[in-house]
Amino acid sequence: MNSLVLNNITKTFDKGSVLAVDNVSFSVKEGELFGLIGPDGAGKTTIFRILSTLMLPDKGNASVLGYDVVKDYKKIRNLVGYMPGRFSLYQDLSVKENLQFFATLFGKSIEKNYDIIKDIYEQIKPFSNRRAGKLSGGMKQKLALSCALIHKPKILFLDEPTTGVDVVSRFEFWEILKKLKSQGITILVSTAYMDEAMKCERIALIQKGKMLGLDTPQKIIESYPMKLYGAKADDIYSLLKDLRNYDQVESCYPFGEWLHVTIKNPNADGLEVLKTFPNSSTHQNLEVKIIEPGIEDNFIRLMNTSDNSRDNN
Amino acid sequence: MNITEANITNNNGLLSKEEKEPVIICKDLTKKFGDFVAVDHITFEVNKGEIFGFLGANGAGKTTAMRMLSGLIYPTSGQASVAGFDVYHKQEKIKKNIGYMSQRFSLYDNLSPLENITFYGGVYGVPRKEIKERSRLLIEQLGLQNEANKLVASLPLGWKQKLAFSVAIFHEPKIVFLDEPTGGVDPITRRQFWDMIYEAASRGITIFVTTHYMDEAEYCNRITIMVDGKIEALDTPGNLKRIYNENSINDVFYKLARKATREE
Repeated sequence: MNSLVLNNITKTFDKGSVLAVDNVSFSVKEGELFGLIGPDGAGKTTIFRILSTLMLPDKGNASVLGYDVVKDYKKIRNLVGYMPGRFSLYQDLSVKENLQFFATLFGKSIEKNYDIIKDIYEQIKPFSNRRAGKLSGGMKQKLALSCALIHKPKILFLDEPTTGVDVVSRFEFWEILKKLKSQGITILVSTAYMDEAMKCERIALIQKGKMLGLDTPQKIIESYPMKLYGAKADDIYSLLKDLRNYDQVESCYPFGEWLHVTIKNPNADGLEVLKTFPNSSTHQNLEVKIIEPGIEDNFIRLMNTSDNSRDNN
Repeated sequence: MNITEANITNNNGLLSKEEKEPVIICKDLTKKFGDFVAVDHITFEVNKGEIFGFLGANGAGKTTAMRMLSGLIYPTSGQASVAGFDVYHKQEKIKKNIGYMSQRFSLYDNLSPLENITFYGGVYGVPRKEIKERSRLLIEQLGLQNEANKLVASLPLGWKQKLAFSVAIFHEPKIVFLDEPTGGVDPITRRQFWDMIYEAASRGITIFVTTHYMDEAEYCNRITIMVDGKIEALDTPGNLKRIYNENSINDVFYKLARKATREE
């Protein structure tokens, strides 16, 4: 069964001049951990606002747990938990008061629903009396999640919960999400970190309001149409420039320690091409290998082939 | 791979060992807020033209350290000089010789790209005539001809960040401090941004950068990882991976930062 269904959702701003979401359709199954993957300006937040009934779409329709986002908005609001990208709790209320406030809004008590937030809230409990505005980023994130969960929603909307958060806290946060999923909560989460896509069951890649692809992370990776090679040398920047200027190279991007390279001729032995390009002898410790593509490789590829790639070359 | 110090400096396009010219020198630099030791005796040098990655968990003390080095707050103890100027006595000189860009504060949204360049160029004392000539060139290089007179607010984030970086180095500072410059930016623009960083470094501008993207940490010549106010590790990405026996900086970072006992 689907918990969320979007059909051809379109949303524009500024009297139609800004196309934020462009004919987007997807559905999320009950109990699924589904990721919206895309950079700033992709339309992720607009999708969340439409689904959480805070904004009306221009075109198309969407339903949450079978309820229409326009007609049945009151029903939906009781069933979803929404953690916006920007910290939206009351800065002048304490940790405890914020939680109390959100529980009361939904006519619930903290005590009765404590089991669902226990693991998360215990970590900030020592600071119960601190004002929310005085919390650290990681603690704010945990409080916001607790407040979004205290009424025991069936679906959780998390808009970039890990933006600006360090590697360790990001890892912990995804562990929390896995636990929530195991309790049967459907989760729609957005992120600009491509590595987090692997932690979702299915993902939608979006860019400038358009869907670039939708599948399991594994399938998306497997759909990469080319052979991908890695190259590195002592002076990686000059290797990058040389490879980009080489006419047999189709694309070349830095990926951490390695450059990821594709070759124009699909039948050529890419390893050989990369070992013997014109300036290859000037590069010290040149190494090449075949590389498994990742989500980010696919994202870049899809960005370049989509119509909206005018500023990406 | 066995990397000797000599080829570390050479292979990254830096000056050779003899010519190494430190532009940031830090010795036991410490900042306390009351009893809280935000930055705890950090010691390091950054060389001219180096891309220096300054990593750490949220709350590790990165921002405080950067604020001391950019002349915004005084250290409690220890010594440091930036671009040859002492952080206790020459704060204003330091500010003139550095550039700064962060994800949050970079440009004025209500000014156009051209106006932002003119404004910042003026603040840093670039002659009017020069601003006029170079700003036009810069707009061209960035491909912003059609946007030159529109408000910055209307630009996509990626363009804003590229423009912000260009503005931060418009006065040709010795060092530019970049505080999470690529947060939320799409993967292609993120890489274009790093092309600009490489280019600036190859011209001799020292890059001091923080990031939460661990693949970007791999692009740095050397990186430090701060944990609870102290420098826990400082080396090239390759050496760190070797020393900690991990495949990526992400894993090295996780190994070190997991031990942190404090948050922001």
